Amino acid sequence: MAEPLLSLAGISKSYPGVLALDDVSIHVQPGEVLGLIGENGAGKSTLMKIIGGLVEPDAGTIIIDGKPHAAMTVASTARAGIAFVHQELNVLDNLDVAANIFLGRERLAGGPLRLTRNRAMHSESLPLLARLGADFAPDAPVASLSIAQRQMVEIARALSVDARVIIMDEPTSSLTLTETERLLQVIAELRASGVSIIYISHRLGELKSCADRVVCLRDGRVAGELPREQIEHGAMIRLMIGRDLRSLYIPPRTPPEGALCEIKDLETTSFPGRRITLTVRRGEILGLAGLVGSGRTSLARTLFGIDPVQGGTVQLQGQPVRITSPAQAIAQGVFLVPEDRKREGLILDMPLVENITLASLRRYARLLLIDRAAEGKVARTQQVRLSIKTPSVAVNAATLSGGNQQKVVLAKFLSMAPRLMIFDEPTRGIDVGAKGEIYMLMRGLADEGVAILMISSDMEEVIGVSDRIAVMHDGEISGTLDRPDFSELNVLRLAIGQPAARDEAA
Amino acid sequence: MLKKELGLLILLVVVSAITTALNPRFLSGVNLLDMANLIGLFGIFSIGEGLVIITGGIDLSVGSMFSLLGVVFIDLLVNRGVPWPFALIVIIVGGLFLGGVQGFLVTRMKLQPFVVTLCGLLIYRGAARYYTTDATMGFGYSDDFDWLAWLASGRSWGVPHAFILLVIVAVVMWVVLHRSVLGRYLYAVGRNEEAARFSGVKSRAVIASAYIISGGLAGISTILLVFYTNSVSPSSFGNFYELYAIAAAVLGGCSLRGGEGSILGIVLGTVLLQVLQNLVNILGIPSSLNFAVMGTVILLGVLADQQFAARRKAGGKRAPALVAMEKQSRPA
Repeated sequence: MAEPLLSLAGISKSYPGVLALDDVSIHVQPGEVLGLIGENGAGKSTLMKIIGGLVEPDAGTIIIDGKPHAAMTVASTARAGIAFVHQELNVLDNLDVAANIFLGRERLAGGPLRLTRNRAMHSESLPLLARLGADFAPDAPVASLSIAQRQMVEIARALSVDARVIIMDEPTSSLTLTETERLLQVIAELRASGVSIIYISHRLGELKSCADRVVCLRDGRVAGELPREQIEHGAMIRLMIGRDLRSLYIPPRTPPEGALCEIKDLETTSFPGRRITLTVRRGEILGLAGLVGSGRTSLARTLFGIDPVQGGTVQLQGQPVRITSPAQAIAQGVFLVPEDRKREGLILDMPLVENITLASLRRYARLLLIDRAAEGKVARTQQVRLSIKTPSVAVNAATLSGGNQQKVVLAKFLSMAPRLMIFDEPTRGIDVGAKGEIYMLMRGLADEGVAILMISSDMEEVIGVSDRIAVMHDGEISGTLDRPDFSELNVLRLAIGQPAARDEAA
Repeated sequence: MLKKELGLLILLVVVSAITTALNPRFLSGVNLLDMANLIGLFGIFSIGEGLVIITGGIDLSVGSMFSLLGVVFIDLLVNRGVPWPFALIVIIVGGLFLGGVQGFLVTRMKLQPFVVTLCGLLIYRGAARYYTTDATMGFGYSDDFDWLAWLASGRSWGVPHAFILLVIVAVVMWVVLHRSVLGRYLYAVGRNEEAARFSGVKSRAVIASAYIISGGLAGISTILLVFYTNSVSPSSFGNFYELYAIAAAVLGGCSLRGGEGSILGIVLGTVLLQVLQNLVNILGIPSSLNFAVMGTVILLGVLADQQFAARRKAGGKRAPALVAMEKQSRPA
């Protein structure tokens, strides 16, 4: 066996409260396609950030061409011939293709002005684009290219620096089927010319067709490795799951009954042509699972009136509603606890009391003037009810910890009368203790008759907290599960677009 | 919240003390009342500007608005014989309308406030010059408007009416900004429009309202300014006044990033600007240095504020008491 081009030995990395990577060792041979799989949060992204020099590991070494490094930097990664093709594309819309390929390494003319030699860059781009079978010219503006074409630009950029390892993070998440096939062909050609590829994907079928070896991460550790001939759906899924889930489940006080929110053939802007039909019952916590980018957040945004409805209907307690703004959603009792707490949930440099009353401010106003005493009283009531740990409700939201901030977002809505509450990743970045409190609050709300739709990428949370799980795949609901059918296997199968298994033998 | 205003007040006292030491005439009644008049004239529209800045926008058009509304105002009164109450209403409604158009362009057409109001600046100035074919308009020798002139530029108990009006406007706008629902929304939208929208705030309407208020206050200011100068020459009337307003707001603690500032701060900013202007005259500094003195003081003020803010932040982002509390509750 040849000496590995790149290998990572004993890499560990912890963040406050989480061990993101625990003694991870992987290696890539020259001309090999290494598939990297694992659930959301298994540690794939952290591992790639360490290779890219964006994150420094706490322990372990990175060995490139036999030379050990304690940590990489962005520059040393590039010098070692390691290139990234990102999930969110890193190309500049306002420049042309060649300018993107040579970004930061522009070919310059001599002389004091050091003008760029656009013609040289164009002609140098041609062979790179030809090698990838690209159907666009070097002088095409990137703004006019499709996502797949932009990805080709990124790959061409990697080739232009003679990259020996190209790391692709979910490269097909926004490609069509034919575009995906085209990309897989390019990968095969690159491999034939000796380039190594680390291919991160949730799409197990693609790995089956292109990977030489698959490594699976689970909870920050290497869960196992599959050689070429063993790469099968079942084997990969078994590696991805298989840990003991602690029970978080608090059963509802009375069984949920009656449809509170009926979504019928709803079409969102992110997935034109795809229709979502889903019912959330009164008093239940409906977990909404699915891979990142499967359309869960865009469903939430559409229900909450941020994104326009493209088609279909939404009914609340039998009444059809048309919600075109968050203000209307709130008036209808539909609340969203957004995914990005700091950007969408809170106004960080505003006091807690003002954050808490922002959504219901008119209630504390007489003749449009705010009754500050009433406002403060409500804020303190909510602070006690949710046990928000703060010296006073007058401090800015920015000074609180993640868990307490999330409670402030909740407090904002709890002083009103919610009918449907949507939680988007309610416990992301929150420590274990506060998580438990949030689950209890959610259950408390459900028991009061609120319908809860909980979007979560955390398998433990989805299975542990939900009364029922709906799974999304590619902008559609691929299936729903009742508690007896709950298993990581079933959720994962639905998330990748396969039918759920009735029994555990997959 | 009040730290900035206090700092500004101290700066104001220090500058005034130095000026008085160099020339005691600074504190004479005549000089103070002259300054009060100018503070009134400039303060009213600076408050409008401040509101726009608090939403994260900017209004560059006020100076040109004075010119356009000013020539229309004189034309209505002198040439068209419109009854004065009606003329007043036309001018104030005109200001509100222009502000509304700008607010519409910013919020509905999603144009940048700088661009929209820059175009306003050019269009209104051009329209004013065309309206009078570049001629200066005045009240001539007629004394038909003496009463109105007294109302706008006269004094009661020795206090200039412009100053009295500023006090009224400041109190009303203080209530609006610091005590009303709209005021809270203005801050919320300026600090984080996305989060405000997610909380059901109609952010577009809120932002537009700031431009409308700014336009309305510019309308009121037009009337005062017209009677202060007694004539309007459309190519120079109100030139640069938007910059005085922006300077007063920034000096008073408004951040151009939005979400910060107070009525008291804006008023103090206006006062400081007028004190600086006055100081240049009274100390015999060449008046050509006027702008340079103003610019230097603003720069120093903003720089000092930045340094203090950075120090406050470095001193501990989180209250120590809070960290201790969380530590105690963690093992639960």
